[in-house]
Amino acid sequence: MHCLTLERFASRGLDPIDLTLSRGECVTLTGPSGCGKSLFLRAIADLDPHQGDCLLGDERRSLTPPPVWRRQVGLLPAESHWWEDRVGDHFVDGESHLTGALGFPEECMDWEVSRLSSGERQRLSLARLLAGYPKVLLLDEPTANLDKANTNRVEELILTYLREQGASALWVSHDPEQRHRMATHRGLRFADRQLSPEIWS
Amino acid sequence: MELISLSPWDLSIAAVLVVGLAALSWRTHLGVEKRLLIAATRSVLQLTLLGLVLETLFAQRNPWLIGALAMLMLGVAGYEVMARQERRFRGLWGMGIGTLSMFISSFSVTLLALHLVIQVDPWYTPQYLIPLLGMLLGNTMSGMAIALDNLTQNAWRQRSVIEARLILGQDWNQSISVIRRAALRSGLIPIINAMTTAGVVSLPGMMTGQILGGSPPLEAAKYQIMVLLLIAVGTGLGAIVAVGVGARRLFDERQRLRLDRLR
Repeated sequence: MHCLTLERFASRGLDPIDLTLSRGECVTLTGPSGCGKSLFLRAIADLDPHQGDCLLGDERRSLTPPPVWRRQVGLLPAESHWWEDRVGDHFVDGESHLTGALGFPEECMDWEVSRLSSGERQRLSLARLLAGYPKVLLLDEPTANLDKANTNRVEELILTYLREQGASALWVSHDPEQRHRMATHRGLRFADRQLSPEIWS
Repeated sequence: MELISLSPWDLSIAAVLVVGLAALSWRTHLGVEKRLLIAATRSVLQLTLLGLVLETLFAQRNPWLIGALAMLMLGVAGYEVMARQERRFRGLWGMGIGTLSMFISSFSVTLLALHLVIQVDPWYTPQYLIPLLGMLLGNTMSGMAIALDNLTQNAWRQRSVIEARLILGQDWNQSISVIRRAALRSGLIPIINAMTTAGVVSLPGMMTGQILGGSPPLEAAKYQIMVLLLIAVGTGLGAIVAVGVGARRLFDERQRLRLDRLR
């Protein structure tokens, strides 16, 4: 069963492509810096104008209200942004069921955003994203600022989420070992305006 | 009280003082002497011209001529609102938002005042219409300009926050709500301050002019009160429209933040 389908989809730096992600599948994406990976993810989340259409199941994006689409197709940008003073004010009902799995104590919801380290922000922004139960995850280097232990936590959490929710993910990573660990069946390489399968050696 | 007419000689004394200020600016390398002199010359020419135009207009009472002058004033005000933006909207929207908000802030409020408050007959009597309109255009203009500038600057600076809220599934309205409120507030603060200190710290220009022109102070005060209240209403209405239209224009039909619509 299919989860996310891209039809003749083109963002800046990418020629039109067709791509399908199955339920529960994690597809990794790599490529040189500045080639347009982040713009590709932004376009799928409908943050930038682009060509082509996408479907979630059989729900066509052009017929879905943008806020509904973005709740279901959750983008995790490389850098997270916060607008309230307290962490908890960014969560519905001010609580999250995932902070424990990410290595935070329960009272982390009362922490001040300005005192978080970049790694804490990154992990909490993942908790914030997953709190809305998106069906597709667009992850832009989600472990870039994390140490080994926290990288493992994040990888495990996302794999569990995909399995339990039947969600699918597009995971941008510069680490070949991580791509190998996370990719369900396949990885993609972004180069010369094309997406091609990554060959695992 | 007799109206003491100012002679060209009286005015040239004031002009010599401005030239002196320009010389001082030149001596101390302030670098504003050229702009100061141009602005002073402009105001002398513009006000003289306006005086001449108004004399003809008051004598003729031709509604078409009055309408044409009102439109000209509106157009210039709309342009000024746009010109004061650091990041203005591209295309016709730049001028359009300014002109629309100035129309709301000044025309509607002037008409309301003429009909309901002063009850002039006919309502386009130029002695009332043109000064009131000018007063409102001039005083609401900075409120509009500040509010719009605040909106676009903050949207530009906080684009990541706006997009972070969009990503989490908030609609365009929610994602820019804080910025929009701040913009409205910034546009209203000057008039609120002006009302707070009116008559205590500052003697408003219009009242001063009326008193110098020979009106009894209490009459002048009543007109000044009306004008201040109208300016407050006009600024509020105009800023709401300007910020509302501007905020919507920052997003497209798919609720994407489109800062490329600014320059």
